[in-house]
Amino acid sequence: MMWDEEHETMPREELEPLQLRRLQDQIARVYATVPYYRAKMDEAHVAPGDIKALADINKLPFTTKEDLRKNYPFGLFTVPLERIVRIHASSGTTGKPTVVGYTKRDIKLWANLMSRTLAAAGATSKDIIHNSYGYGLFTGGMGAHYGAENLGATVVPVSGGNSKRQITIMRDFQATVLLSTPSYALNLADTMADMGVSPSDLALRIGVFGAEPWSENMREEIEKKLSIKAIDIYGLSEIIGPGVAAECHERQSGLHIMEDHFLPEIVDPETFEPLALGEKGELVFTTLTKEAFPVIRYRTKDFSRLLTDPCICGRTFYRMEKVTGRSDDMLIIRGVNVFPSQIEHVLVSIEGVEPHYQIIVEREGNMDTMEVQVEVSEAVFSDEIKKLEALSKKIQYDIKDLLGVSCRIKLVEPKSIQRSEGKAQRVIDNRKM
Amino acid sequence: MKVEQIAIFLENKSGRLAEITSILAQKGINIRAMSLADTADFGILRLIVNDTESACQALRDEGFTVGKTHVVVIEVPDQPGGLASVLKQIKDGGLNIEYMYAFTQRSGETGLIIFRFDETDIAIETLNKAGVRILSGEEVYAI
Ligand SMILES: [Zn+2]
Repeated sequence: MMWDEEHETMPREELEPLQLRRLQDQIARVYATVPYYRAKMDEAHVAPGDIKALADINKLPFTTKEDLRKNYPFGLFTVPLERIVRIHASSGTTGKPTVVGYTKRDIKLWANLMSRTLAAAGATSKDIIHNSYGYGLFTGGMGAHYGAENLGATVVPVSGGNSKRQITIMRDFQATVLLSTPSYALNLADTMADMGVSPSDLALRIGVFGAEPWSENMREEIEKKLSIKAIDIYGLSEIIGPGVAAECHERQSGLHIMEDHFLPEIVDPETFEPLALGEKGELVFTTLTKEAFPVIRYRTKDFSRLLTDPCICGRTFYRMEKVTGRSDDMLIIRGVNVFPSQIEHVLVSIEGVEPHYQIIVEREGNMDTMEVQVEVSEAVFSDEIKKLEALSKKIQYDIKDLLGVSCRIKLVEPKSIQRSEGKAQRVIDNRKM
Repeated sequence: MKVEQIAIFLENKSGRLAEITSILAQKGINIRAMSLADTADFGILRLIVNDTESACQALRDEGFTVGKTHVVVIEVPDQPGGLASVLKQIKDGGLNIEYMYAFTQRSGETGLIIFRFDETDIAIETLNKAGVRILSGEEVYAI
């Protein structure tokens, strides 16, 4: 089933003119209402009238997370707060969170995009949807919730945590669709095994997973352990939340981008020049229809490529290849954003500990593991094993407390952490996506 | 009555111990006693040498994390029950041992045991009163 067949199957020769009209309107509106964007465009000597074709988008300046932070909290909103009906914010970042707002129309659009997403995954109004995405400032929970309700399905708004209870509810309510992060899905599968609950005790048939990168191996494992079809979805709060792109259940390869509302580009991560269709680079999005919080050429830092071959499902939207990595230091560990600077913050707040550390991320089985190697300074060194072990436990506890992510601490000798040109390499990510 | 001990932080990597002994040998420093305590991830090497200051400096220069602590070196009669009686004195005195290790000595008539107490001064006082023979730093460094 398709939620919005008219748009989702629109011939490219109709879709592209629609994108251009929407882009022109969006740019004109942003220029008129957001001083920050106007100043950036003036500085780049580009005016709304210069956008005559879709390719002209590369005349426009990029927007980064830094721009969003500079305008914390509401500086990039195009409408007065009285027209904003919802606020969300990104979590787990250094410094200020990025805040996004939605008008009534934005919320409706978002719900429709999530309905498209769920329909593409194979869900219908007959499904019972168990929503384990976190509810709150994070866009996942409520974004998925509104889309599922809009689809007409029965939503069980469980949010995250308490896996045993989740499994009991899934079994008792006979939920047919699970929405969660992929790592949480595996956690649920393991908990089920511990509880002696088998997939046949549940009625699950589809899982819709997003909010963190995951591999094809992980998909296979989830599908096998939960006896479901696992669908990958993509979205980020700066663009709208979940609902930016979604796999179709017919193919499960590449995520159809909701191109009538979001214009994708792939740029070279070093030069930021646009790359040819099909080449791999950093994914950039421009919103075409959002009211309260449009973004222009937002650099996602996610690596992907656009797949343009026609899809068996009938959708004409290009597909983005499963995201395989991030272009900056931000780590996504089991769905949680982790920045090296946060680890640094923990270390320097422990007396005597110096911020000489390295983060090593691995994927063991299908779980991300993080090891933080900390150099032992004379100030914290002791001739007693138990004192060093206590130090290591304290660091571990404080990181868990701040970030919500467990990690392993390894104390290392000074200068054992690789330094290149005086700057330490903070992160070694050995995960193979 | 206190003896200076050097402690060195070591990652569990092969060859580090040999590196340390060669650094000290190059400086003409003699190792009097040595003990390695380790966990799955790291180790702590404890040394008593004839020249603590030079040893610390040499190891620091090579990038090691070094610490100095005080230990108590006790002479134990080399006969059955010799150590047991010392340990009993320690226990009766309410002293808390963080760790201990044995000391090899050429003569062989008495055994030397190195104790790290949580409160060194109180330990020395208590053991002195109990008539346990404690070696001075000079005696140990000169062995
Ligand atoms: Zn498709």
